[in-house]
This record gives sequence, C-alpha cells and structure tokens, in this order.
Amino acid sequence: MCETCGCGQGSIPVKITRPGEPEANEHHHEPHSHGHHHDHDHSHDHDHPHDHDHSHDHDHSHDHDHSRQRLIRVEEDILSKNNLLASRNSGYFEAKGVVALNLMSSPGSGKTTLLELTIKALEGKRPVAVIEGDQQTLNDAERIDQAGAPVVQVNTGNGCHLDAEMIRLAVDKLELQERSVLFIENVGNLVCPSLFELGEKHRVVIISVTEGEDKPLKYPTMFEHADTCIINKTDLLPYVDFDTELVRKYALSVNPHLRIMELSAKTGDGMEPWIQWILDLKP
Amino acid sequence: MHELSIAISIVDTVIKQAEAASANHVSEVNLDIGLYSGIEFQSLEFSLGVAAKDTILEKTAFRINRVEPVAECPSCHHLYTPDRVFSHCPECNKPGIRLIRGTELQIKSLLVEQNE
Repeated sequence: MCETCGCGQGSIPVKITRPGEPEANEHHHEPHSHGHHHDHDHSHDHDHPHDHDHSHDHDHSHDHDHSRQRLIRVEEDILSKNNLLASRNSGYFEAKGVVALNLMSSPGSGKTTLLELTIKALEGKRPVAVIEGDQQTLNDAERIDQAGAPVVQVNTGNGCHLDAEMIRLAVDKLELQERSVLFIENVGNLVCPSLFELGEKHRVVIISVTEGEDKPLKYPTMFEHADTCIINKTDLLPYVDFDTELVRKYALSVNPHLRIMELSAKTGDGMEPWIQWILDLKP
Repeated sequence: MHELSIAISIVDTVIKQAEAASANHVSEVNLDIGLYSGIEFQSLEFSLGVAAKDTILEKTAFRINRVEPVAECPSCHHLYTPDRVFSHCPECNKPGIRLIRGTELQIKSLLVEQNE
C-alpha cells in the first residue's frame, strides 16, 4: 500500500485518528434538504384526501418502492479534524510558552543522534522534552532518556506518520515545563508526515549526505511544507559524492524560504547555528 | 499509507452525516481531491475499499473528482497552471508558487436513499 515506508494493511492504531465532532456542519446542512422533501410528502397527501385510512397504506408502500434519493452537501475538509486538534495542541503549547518542532526525514538520516547532541548542548540553557514516533520499539526513547530529556514514545503500529491526536495523548504523559522546546521526532518517512499538522511552530526536514541531492525534487511536498532544512552527516562529505550546493539549489527551488543549516551530529561540527536558532525561538 | 487514515476519516464523516440524515443507504460519495494534495489516488481508492468494509458504505460508490492545480505567482500575481509543485512563474520567471487550487481534500456531497 504505502510504497514509501512499506507499512502494511489496515491497522488498528491508525483508528485513533478518529476524533468526534463537527456538529456545526450537520446543523448547517440539514434544514435545506429536509424542508424540500417534506414539501413533496405534503403534495402526496393532498392527492388522496378522499380515501381516508386507505390512503395511508398506499403512501407507505409507495415510499418503500421508491426509497427517495437525496443529495446532502457536506463540503467538509477531510483533514479538518486533525487540523482542529493540531490547533488545540498549538494553543496549549502557546499558553505554556512551549515551542514545538516537528522533525521529519527518511529513516536513518540521523534525527535521534541530532537530538541526543542537541539535548546535551541545551542543558542548563533551555528545558527540553521529546516525543518519539516510530512504528515499533522503545529504542529511540531509551536513547533520549539516556541523553537526559523527558520523553514519550508513540508507537504507531502500522501507521507511517504521527497525527495531532497522538501528540495530544503523548503530551498528557509529559510534564512540559514553561518555555521548553518540545522536539517531536516523526516516523521516518519523507511523504506522509508532511500532510499532518501536529500543532508545531516549525517544521524541520533533515537529510543526510549519504542520500541523493535530488531528494527535495523527489519529495517536494515535504520540503515545501518545512521551514528549516538540516543537512546532516557532513563529516562524511570527503567519502561520498554529494554536492551540497546542488542540494541547496534544489531545496530552494521547491521552497525559496527554506532556512538551511549544515552540520554533523556525530562530530558536533556546525551545531552552533542550530543551537542558537533553538535558543532564540519564541513561543 | 496516510491514504488509509484519510480514507478512515472520510468513512467516519460520511457515516455520521448519513446517520444524521436518517439515510438507510448511501449510494454515492463525491470527493474533491487536488492533484497536489499529496494523495496517491490509487492508494486512496484501495484504502476506501478497506475502510468501508463491514460498514453501511460497503456498497457505496466513491467518486473522486481530481482537481487540477491553479497557481498564483506571489510576485506578479499571474495565474497559471503549474506543471510541477515547484515551477517558476511563466510570466516573471521568479521561483515560488502559491497554489490556489489543487490541494483540495474535501467531501463535497453524498447521495443517500431514505425511507420515510
């Protein structure tokens, strides 16, 4: 089904994307059509007033034969429920003075390593918390826990992205400190997560120099929806054919406003601008 | 795979609307899906079948109207049909693009059958 992340068949965990609600829409649309059809009923009744009791019976069978068709206008955005929940998350973060960052990339780009180093660099400067998204295992959460930050792991099962409801549930388990930075490490996938707002302030896409330079062209939606791009693993540049200027050019052609930083989460080279950017973030 | 979450969300919304209208059968669901909405159409069609299984929508026809993209240049406000998500403006050649159509993900309407 999903050729990108290889996730399988219909899965139960995805069902928590099911929120309830939009009563407003139903109320809004019902009167139109109901009114219209009631009028039809009336005209039927008018035809038969002489028949008394009989006419009732006739009406019944008539209706059954012709179960009437009716068009209901819905005009509802399919993602509106997720977006509503995302706005709620975002309001909660704002009230607490928390800045949430949604980190997205292919699997293996070094998100977790970057987070480990970032947590250490921010120690004593700004409180942090982490939500880890993976299909399975607690591996990443354990690494973050070792690095010294409060963390919650969301295992999406077969799901290939985090959604706003998962974030709400995860946040319930985190005691977020005022003015902290909440890193949300999305499921490794360059496609699906880009469609689901979580309530984040910034979207950070991470690519590494072991990937192709044309990633931004191949997965434009992700780069278009992000505002910051990290080019990671620059320590490997001498060993790989990777043209940093070319990837910058491609990324900016998809999204001219993209903020691009190059660094190595392994050696720590180039970390300062990234750390400074985080320290300067305002809720 | 996000197509499955989208499909489940569509099925949920439609069932709610159908119940509110006391419909006993939904014959048609009309969807507007933009070509640049990030949806893989084949995957969505497949996922709708999975999501509708064992619900009142099992026999419903899901009609997908593919909405062509229309872009507005943020610099000169020229309207055009982009050939890629990241095209340059054909008029002033500046990069950057604002899609005003083509990212739709909307349930437009349902055709239901009612007895009374």
